[in-house]
Amino acid sequence: MAEKIIEVDHVTMKFNLMEEKVDTLKEYIVKLIKGKLMYNEFVALKDVSFSIEKGEAFGLVGFNGAGKSTMLKVLAGVLKPTEGQVIVRGNIAPLIEVGAGFDPELTAMENVFLNGAILGHNKAFLQEHFNAIIDFAELRDFINVPVKNFSSGMYSRLGFAIATEVRPDILIVDEVLSVGDYQFQQKCEQRITQMMEAGTTIILVSHDIHTVEKICNTVAWLEHGKLRDIGEAGRICNEYQKH
Amino acid sequence: MGTYFTTFYKYKYLLYVLVERDIKKKYRRSVLGVLWSMLNPLLMMIITVMVFSTLFRFDVENYVLYLLVGQVAFTFFSEATSFAMGSILENSALIKKVYMPKYLFPFSRVMSSCMNLVFTLPAILVIMIYTGQIPTWKTLAFIFPLLLMLIFCLGIGLILSACVVYFRDMFHLYRVLISALNYATPIFYPESIIPPEYRFLLDYNPLYYFIKGFREVIYSGGLPHMDTVGICFGLALASVLVGIIVFRKAQNKFILYL
Repeated sequence: MAEKIIEVDHVTMKFNLMEEKVDTLKEYIVKLIKGKLMYNEFVALKDVSFSIEKGEAFGLVGFNGAGKSTMLKVLAGVLKPTEGQVIVRGNIAPLIEVGAGFDPELTAMENVFLNGAILGHNKAFLQEHFNAIIDFAELRDFINVPVKNFSSGMYSRLGFAIATEVRPDILIVDEVLSVGDYQFQQKCEQRITQMMEAGTTIILVSHDIHTVEKICNTVAWLEHGKLRDIGEAGRICNEYQKH
Repeated sequence: MGTYFTTFYKYKYLLYVLVERDIKKKYRRSVLGVLWSMLNPLLMMIITVMVFSTLFRFDVENYVLYLLVGQVAFTFFSEATSFAMGSILENSALIKKVYMPKYLFPFSRVMSSCMNLVFTLPAILVIMIYTGQIPTWKTLAFIFPLLLMLIFCLGIGLILSACVVYFRDMFHLYRVLISALNYATPIFYPESIIPPEYRFLLDYNPLYYFIKGFREVIYSGGLPHMDTVGICFGLALASVLVGIIVFRKAQNKFILYL
């Protein structure tokens, strides 16, 4: 049996969803006095356990609010689970909403270094891979343009190029394949396949069930924060569509 | 403890990039660029000197240098801490998406303010020579109050950046506090004008000691007194310890409030 690269062990994630968001001290005190500072507990994930094997392409499906994004954040280490634990054996490159790490005022070149550093890489590594990133993103003519002037397609091309150039052990892909033109989408899918062949584990979240079915081997279906089903991609996708 | 250092080491390039970004953004598209860091205190200096040597007169020897040292040090404190305060909020998009040590954000902001201070050093040197306070090897001792003040600012920056996530009012409150502090610290007036019954304003003002340290080196041309360095050291240590404790306690819940 292959090595388990991610183990999610009885993870529960609770939020204190306050009735309204309390932003100011005054509001806070007023509410405190009125006794209105109720902690409306919201359970986003409830006792979810699964594991992902090395080199696998793992899909997460579910309706809006099923807890997919929360799950990804827990996997990326951004959220700490309330209960349970997540063991990750390797480095993760999140590709959640491409371009989150971009500074609009900086040029494409500066952003490559900023984004790369955010993903935990050093200067030498980024200098070595700079040309490959720019070529993949097809932005050679725009390296000195501030990214605020970029189109959304250019944005996501650059983001995708950086996150995948670094050859992480695990790549999290959240709905990003739907951006960019058809040609670039093909290029992205090609690259993901290449990475999988090279042993990268992919975690894909998408509403486009066909993409999930095409790319993934294993799919987990989340419903209301609980793991409804997990198994071979074709079967789960079929059931999910019927649902 | 070891893992802290390895993570820090892993992300030290990110720290460098963040500082570089702040500096680049500050001077982007301005013709004179980094020169402004030098010109700014010089020009401000001319204005304040004009105001205070004609309108309000204080009996201070070499008033220009006295004022400059106080002002540069105070500006560093107010800029570093105010800038660090917003760091977590402004990078919320990133914090929500990618894991990284969050203290890097306030840390980088304090560091970039410190870089700005370093850029103003030539201006201070010019004023020193111009006013006849010729720099000697002893002048290099300014590094002690500078380092301690940097650590002090870091601690305050950590506390503020964590608190402001929960109470946005801090932004406005802090601006008032800074301006109160500006008057409560002997920057443009000599400390001798403070009547004895208000002496506590100085005794309990941390900035007073840091500025005193700077003045003992640059303005008086000697080495800083051990007393001053000792107090500054204590303040810096206390601030950074409280900062780390508060920040560590708060950081896991940041994401829920961003």
